Amino acid sequence: MAIVERPTTLPELPPGAAVTPRPLGVFTRPQATTGWRSWLTTIDHKRIGVLYGGAAMFFFLLGGVEALVIRAQLAAPGQQLYSADLYNQLFTMHGVTMIFLVVIPLGAAFMNYVMPLQIGARDVAFPRLNAFSFWLFLGGGLFLNTSWFLGGGADGGWFAYAPNTGVVFSPGHGMDFYALGLQMTGIASLAGAINLVVTVLNMRAPGMTLMKMPVFTWMGLVTQLLLVFALPVISVALFLLTFDRLFDANFFNVSAGADPLLWEHLFWIFGHPEVYILILPAFGIVSEIIPVFSRKPIFGYPFMIFSGIAIGFMGWGVWAHHMFASGIGPISVAAFSLSTMFIAVPTGVKILNWMATMWGGKLRFTTPMLFAVGLVTMFTIGGLSGVTHAVAPADTQQTDTYYIVAHFHYVLFGGALMGFLGGMYFWWPKVFGFMLSDRIGKWHFWLILIGFNLTFGPMHILGLQGMPRRMHTYIADYGFEFWNMVATIGSFLIAVAMLVLVANILVSWRAHRRNPVNPGPDPWDARSLEWMVQSPVPPHNFDTVPTVSHLDEFWHRKYQENADGKVVRIATGAEVAQPGDGTGVHMPSPSYWPLVLAVALPTIAYGLIFNLGIAAAGGVLVILAGFGFGYEPSDDPEAHGPHGPSGDGHDDGDAHAGDGHEDEPASEGEADGGADAAGGEAEAVGVGSTASASDEPATEGRGGGDG
Amino acid sequence: MADTAIHGPVAGETEHGPHSHATSTGISNEKLAMWVFLGSDCLLFGALISTYLLLRHRSISGPVELRDPANIFDIPFTSVSSFVLLFSSLTMALAVGAIHRGDVRRCRVFLCTTALLGSVFIGGQVYEFTSFVREGLGYTTNILGSAFYTLTGFHGVHVSVGIMFLMAMFVMSLRGRLGPDRAETVEIFGLYWHFVDIVWILIFTIVYLIP
Repeated sequence: MAIVERPTTLPELPPGAAVTPRPLGVFTRPQATTGWRSWLTTIDHKRIGVLYGGAAMFFFLLGGVEALVIRAQLAAPGQQLYSADLYNQLFTMHGVTMIFLVVIPLGAAFMNYVMPLQIGARDVAFPRLNAFSFWLFLGGGLFLNTSWFLGGGADGGWFAYAPNTGVVFSPGHGMDFYALGLQMTGIASLAGAINLVVTVLNMRAPGMTLMKMPVFTWMGLVTQLLLVFALPVISVALFLLTFDRLFDANFFNVSAGADPLLWEHLFWIFGHPEVYILILPAFGIVSEIIPVFSRKPIFGYPFMIFSGIAIGFMGWGVWAHHMFASGIGPISVAAFSLSTMFIAVPTGVKILNWMATMWGGKLRFTTPMLFAVGLVTMFTIGGLSGVTHAVAPADTQQTDTYYIVAHFHYVLFGGALMGFLGGMYFWWPKVFGFMLSDRIGKWHFWLILIGFNLTFGPMHILGLQGMPRRMHTYIADYGFEFWNMVATIGSFLIAVAMLVLVANILVSWRAHRRNPVNPGPDPWDARSLEWMVQSPVPPHNFDTVPTVSHLDEFWHRKYQENADGKVVRIATGAEVAQPGDGTGVHMPSPSYWPLVLAVALPTIAYGLIFNLGIAAAGGVLVILAGFGFGYEPSDDPEAHGPHGPSGDGHDDGDAHAGDGHEDEPASEGEADGGADAAGGEAEAVGVGSTASASDEPATEGRGGGDG
Repeated sequence: MADTAIHGPVAGETEHGPHSHATSTGISNEKLAMWVFLGSDCLLFGALISTYLLLRHRSISGPVELRDPANIFDIPFTSVSSFVLLFSSLTMALAVGAIHRGDVRRCRVFLCTTALLGSVFIGGQVYEFTSFVREGLGYTTNILGSAFYTLTGFHGVHVSVGIMFLMAMFVMSLRGRLGPDRAETVEIFGLYWHFVDIVWILIFTIVYLIP
């Protein structure tokens, strides 16, 4: 990538356009729309969604291999396949990877791809910030995993209780990588969350009131709001840990008077909302899948929404149930026991509503539907064992046993991951333009269901028998042998199931290559707006932004009541769908800056660990990239082509430069990271542009009007 | 959550441009993003302030006289610098008012004044930190030192970032690129600046004034 000084002469503009020279040299605006380069600079929410999905599956492979290595060690008593120290690193990195680098980004993948489509927008509110979020997430994830080659991974458990994770007890660099890596993925998630909150609140199609939004979009909104408020707390905790470890601060230094509960509180105040951040997107996906394959609208839509919101609120009041064994006192224990039992109520509402949606429906058990039902059943098991944790005396027994491991795998694997896999089969044709094989998909589902239950079901028993978690081996004759062997066999069955998924993708893709069959815009006879555009989705999403008058707008355009009050089909999905003609629609140009900014932050992080000079260089790069990002016009005049810019936008980028640089504080690693760019982007999509070229400068300037 | 009416043509007007400039809430994307970000930042300072409150009287290492915050702070000095920062909120508000009236020149003057006042505050903080260090309270001396410098340091970084913004806007204004059409940019920045000031009022009260 060469830095090219922009010529000060701009191409011809229509009269009246404000032409001012660019204040800073910037990259030439990337133009490619195909090839790997276009993926590096893309700011299209759909491509970014695909990138999130791909990256998450890559990390899933890493975390999965770690899990298999753990299960191999535990297959038989007294094994010494590797050291206890390496075991610590493996289970820590497995947890961190699966939570922060797989489930959160899988949620981000679906929300990035689907939410703008479901609300009838052309892109997210700040497309470049969106790209920045992805690259920084990827940078943080890779940074975290390079610790394997630079002295060993983190070894303090995914919740990293300080002072156990201080330099004294964890002298390697692993926990530094943990703290800084999660700091970066946190900044990425925060920037993404602000972006998506604004998108959903501000860029809905005309007529789409909040109570006409699809359930998935609603759950996405709740998730993003949880992220907005939960992430700064973990950011602070991670900063304190980083300062302790790198600069000898005393936050967790007990000999200086520190309180070990500080970390636990900070971590779990983030950590419990985090649990809902992980599961709510999957709940949303299932709430899309079940109505489609039951041919019924979602049962009790408002209850679905409000129970989601209730979960979001109550999720803030239950964190100390993770700390029943830490001595927080009987009153706290009683209060948090109660609140934990209460939070089961809205979750139960959701489960009952899904069942009521299926009740009396015309059920089609396609692969996505199987996964959705899988979530409902497996999550219920996990939810029930969760309620048993609310009973503090029982929880005191179960703390740090395999019972806990069983519980959270039932909610995260049986819940979140099942939902995401279902969503993958559901939206695959929309994203890639070909169907995944339903036959192989069913194999995938049943293998994973059996493998999953074989792996984690026995852990309930092991836990109740008293097998402690995080121990790298166990002694024979405690009665742990049989169920551990079963769990190990189950885990390898899960691995086989995931290979079946890979095979399915390859087989289906090759079949599609040999004999291309476009599934059409609406392969499932679905309900929401994303099915109203062609598959794969054209870059501009909607030719014209639809006006919404119903929940399940697309369905209502296909079906109406006839004179007898019977619902009949009046049009096919293909007839209702838009043809995908983007003439006159004006999209913002790709940009290098998000990538540059995202590379700068890991540079700082490596520098903090190994050489402060490198960190300083990274800091300078962040400031420069922040200015570049902020001053870059949202639009490249050369990219306008025939549609012509109506004089808008050429200096719009600068207009907001003031806000754009708020990124800089990232040099101090602060949550601001991308947060803001708030203004930095006066992007040209969504709210604005339409097909009619005569529109006044429709494309831009929600911020400040046009030049 | 305000679900205000959708602006623009609604009924049956799909063919025409949907809501050209309007957003669903009526608040611009940039401004809404700033509000959401500030909400998030509240939690950042909330966590830092809680940490400070938890730790400030717990020091059991280092010199005895440095364990009690009351022995260290110079309240008159910090009151003056706090007043300077609060005054900068006034000039910021005047800058926003000026740009809304279309008075670009006065806006520029007030932006510059705000930046200067902010810099005076930061200068005061630097002076304060150095004098504390000279008295023996380093970052690693005891828990109080770690907690105090981290909390006030985070605030200082926020102010410094704000000053960078102000300078950028000042330069833009000099180059004639911060006209009345960009009033909202100034206004959005103003939100940030006032927020940082409010946080300082909290910190000053909690850290310095309440014993």
